[in-house]
Amino acid sequence: MSAVHELAPRAGGFAHQRIAAAVMIAFFALAPLVAYPVFLMKVMCFALFACAFNLLIGYGGLLSFGHAMFLGTAGYASAHAAKVWGFPPEFAILFGTACSALLGLVTGLLAIRRQGIYFAMITLALAQMVYFFYLQAPFTGGEDGIQAVPRGKLFGLLDLDSVWAMYALVFAVFVGGFLLIHRAVHSPFGQVLKAIRENEARALSLGYDVNRYKLLAYVLSATLAGLAGATKVLVFELASLTDAHWTMSGEVVLMVLLGGLGTVFGPVVGALIIISMENYLAQIGSWVTVVQGVIFVICVLTFRRGVIGELGRLIGKPL
Amino acid sequence: MFSNRSIFAAAPLAVAASLAQAQISDGVVKIGVLSDMSSLYSDIGGGGSVVAARMAIADFPTKGMKVELLSADHLNKPDVGSSIARQWYDVDKVDVIVDVPTSSVALAINQVTREKGKAFLVSGAASSDLTGKACSPNTIHWTYDTWMLANGTGNAIVKTGGDSWYFITADYAFGLALERDTEAVVLKNGGKVLGKVRHPLNAQDFSSFLLQAQASKAKIIGLANAGGDTTNAIKQAAEFGIVKGGQNLAGLLVFLSDIHGLGLDKAQGLIFTETFYWDLNDQTRGFARRFAAANSGKYPTMVQAGVYSAITHYLKAVTALKGDDGTKVIAKMKELPTDDPLFGKGTVRIDGRALHPAYLVEVKKPSESKGPYDYYKIRATIPADQAFRPLSEGGCPLVK
Repeated sequence: MSAVHELAPRAGGFAHQRIAAAVMIAFFALAPLVAYPVFLMKVMCFALFACAFNLLIGYGGLLSFGHAMFLGTAGYASAHAAKVWGFPPEFAILFGTACSALLGLVTGLLAIRRQGIYFAMITLALAQMVYFFYLQAPFTGGEDGIQAVPRGKLFGLLDLDSVWAMYALVFAVFVGGFLLIHRAVHSPFGQVLKAIRENEARALSLGYDVNRYKLLAYVLSATLAGLAGATKVLVFELASLTDAHWTMSGEVVLMVLLGGLGTVFGPVVGALIIISMENYLAQIGSWVTVVQGVIFVICVLTFRRGVIGELGRLIGKPL
Repeated sequence: MFSNRSIFAAAPLAVAASLAQAQISDGVVKIGVLSDMSSLYSDIGGGGSVVAARMAIADFPTKGMKVELLSADHLNKPDVGSSIARQWYDVDKVDVIVDVPTSSVALAINQVTREKGKAFLVSGAASSDLTGKACSPNTIHWTYDTWMLANGTGNAIVKTGGDSWYFITADYAFGLALERDTEAVVLKNGGKVLGKVRHPLNAQDFSSFLLQAQASKAKIIGLANAGGDTTNAIKQAAEFGIVKGGQNLAGLLVFLSDIHGLGLDKAQGLIFTETFYWDLNDQTRGFARRFAAANSGKYPTMVQAGVYSAITHYLKAVTALKGDDGTKVIAKMKELPTDDPLFGKGTVRIDGRALHPAYLVEVKKPSESKGPYDYYKIRATIPADQAFRPLSEGGCPLVK
C-alpha cells in the first residue's frame, strides 16, 4: 500500500490532473455518438459508485465490504418514491440519496469503531442484514425487484424517456459527484483523512477528532454511492436485488483495485473495464467471472497499483 | 426444401429480399432467444430452446425472407434480462424475443418490449399475470401459465381426496402466482390450506421447509416452484420419508427434464399438467427425434416445444403481414388461427393468451417405461377452452 501513498496528490501542481479530467469529461461527452448510450450510462453510474468507494478505501484507508447496501438502498428508495408516491425524478434521486446517507450514518456509527478486517466484517454483516431485509420486505418485490419505474420529467420540463435527456442527467450527476470527491480529497478534510490513514494514533495525538473525520468520510461515501444507485435505477427503470447483493460489494472492490486504489481516475477506468467485460463478453456466459478472476490475479501479481496507478508512476505524476 | 438451408447461409433470393425489405426492418427478421443458459432452468429452456428456435426457422418456408437468430443468458436476474433486451432492441435490431423462463425476468422484458414497440413470445415463464394485469399488446404467452397448472393439477388432486394443502413456494413472481392460483382452486373445491412457506430461488437446502410441511400434517405438500428447486425438494422429501409417512407431494410445475433428472424411481406416481408431451402422435414423435438428435439426446420439454411453435406462428404472421413491426405482428398473430405439428390447432386471445389443450399426466412406474423418455401416462386431456383462465377473469386492461 505504501507505494500508493507516495503517489497521493500533494497540494499544488494539478495541471496534469486538470488535463486528465478534461479528457475524461470529453470522453463521456462524445462517446455516445459512437457507443451505446445505455451502456455508457451504466458505466458512469458504476464509475461514480467506484469513486465513492475509493474515497473511503483510497483516502481513508477503510475497506468497506458492504457498499452494495448503499447502492441498493438508494435504488429501492428512489424507485419506490418515483413509482408508488409519484415523485418527480429529481426528488426521487434526492430521496434515494438521502436514505443512503441516513443508512450510512447509522451503519457508520457502528462500523468506524473498528479498523482493518473487523471494519470490513462489520460492514459486510450490516450489508447482509440490509440485503435480507430487502429480500423479505414486501415493497421491494423480492426477486422481481421494483419494475417499470417511471423516469418522468426532470424539473417538470425535460422528458427523460428521451435517451439523450437521460444521458445528460447521468452525465451531470457523474461529473458533479466526481468533482465533489476530487474537491473533498484535496481539501484540508482530505488531508486529515490521509493523515488518519497513515497513522491514526498520531492524527489523534495531534488533536484531530479521528472518529468524526472517519464518520464524515463514511457518510459522504455512502451518500455518493447512493446517488449512483438512485441514478442507475432511473436509467434501467428497475431496482433489483443484484444491487444490494454482496457480490456487488465485491465487484466495486475489483473495479477500484483494477483501476488504481487511491487514484483520482482509477475507479472510473476500473468501472469502464469491468462493465465493458460484462457487457461485451456476455456471450461466453459464466466464463465472464473466470476471466474477471484471471484479470484480477494478473493485476495483483504484475501491476499492483492498477492501470491508472501504473500510468501515473510512468509519467511520474499522480493521476 | 431449398429455403431451409439458405437461412443461415444468409443467401436469400435478391428479388424476394427486395420485396420483403419494404417493411421488414433492416431486411432481416431477428429473433433473440433469451433464456437461462447456465442455472436451474437451463434444462427446461436454455440451449434446447435455441435448438428448437433453429428448427422452427429451418422448417418454415421463408421464401427468401432473411431470418437470423441470437441467444443470450439472463442469469434469472431481471436487471440482466432487461438490459440485454434493451440492448438487443436498440443496438442489435432484434425484432422479437422468445422464451424467457423466470417470471420476474419475463415481466421486466414485457415492460421493455412494450416501451420499444417490439414483440415478445413467452414460452418459459409461467406467471398468469403476463396475460392478466401485466398484459401487453406486444406480448403473447404461449405454452402454459400458473392458472392452467393450478386448474389442471389442483383440481385433479383435490377431487381424488387431497383436500388439505401445505405450500412450499419459490419466493418470486412465478412461485407466488402459482401458489395464489392453486390456493384458489383448492378453496373452490372445498379443500383447505394449512400453511405455506417461501424459499429463495435456486435453494439448495429444503430441510427446514420440508420439516415445517411435515409438521403441518397436510395431506398434500404443494411444490410451487420449478426446475432444480422442484427436483431438490422431491429428492430431499424422499430422504425425510415424507411420502412414506402418508403425505403426498404435488409438483405443480414439473417438466420432462425434471423427471429425467429425478429418475422414475423417485418420480413415479407424480401427477401434474403439461401442454406438450413428445409421445402424443406421429408428428410430435418425429419432432422429438429430430430435436433429440440436435440436442445431445435430450427430448424436448413443453417450453422448448413452445418456442418452436411460437416462432412458427410468428413467422407466419410476418409473412402474412410482409413486415415485422412488433405491435402489428402480435396483432396479426392474434388474428390468425394457430396450427402447428406440436400443439395442434388453436387461437391466440386478445389478452395474449395462446389456447391449446392441456394434458393431465401421471409419471409411469419404472416397470411400465419401455424406453428412454417414456415417462408419462396421459390421464386426461383438458380441452383448449377449459384449460386456461377465462378471458373475463384475468383483469387484463386490453379486454373491454
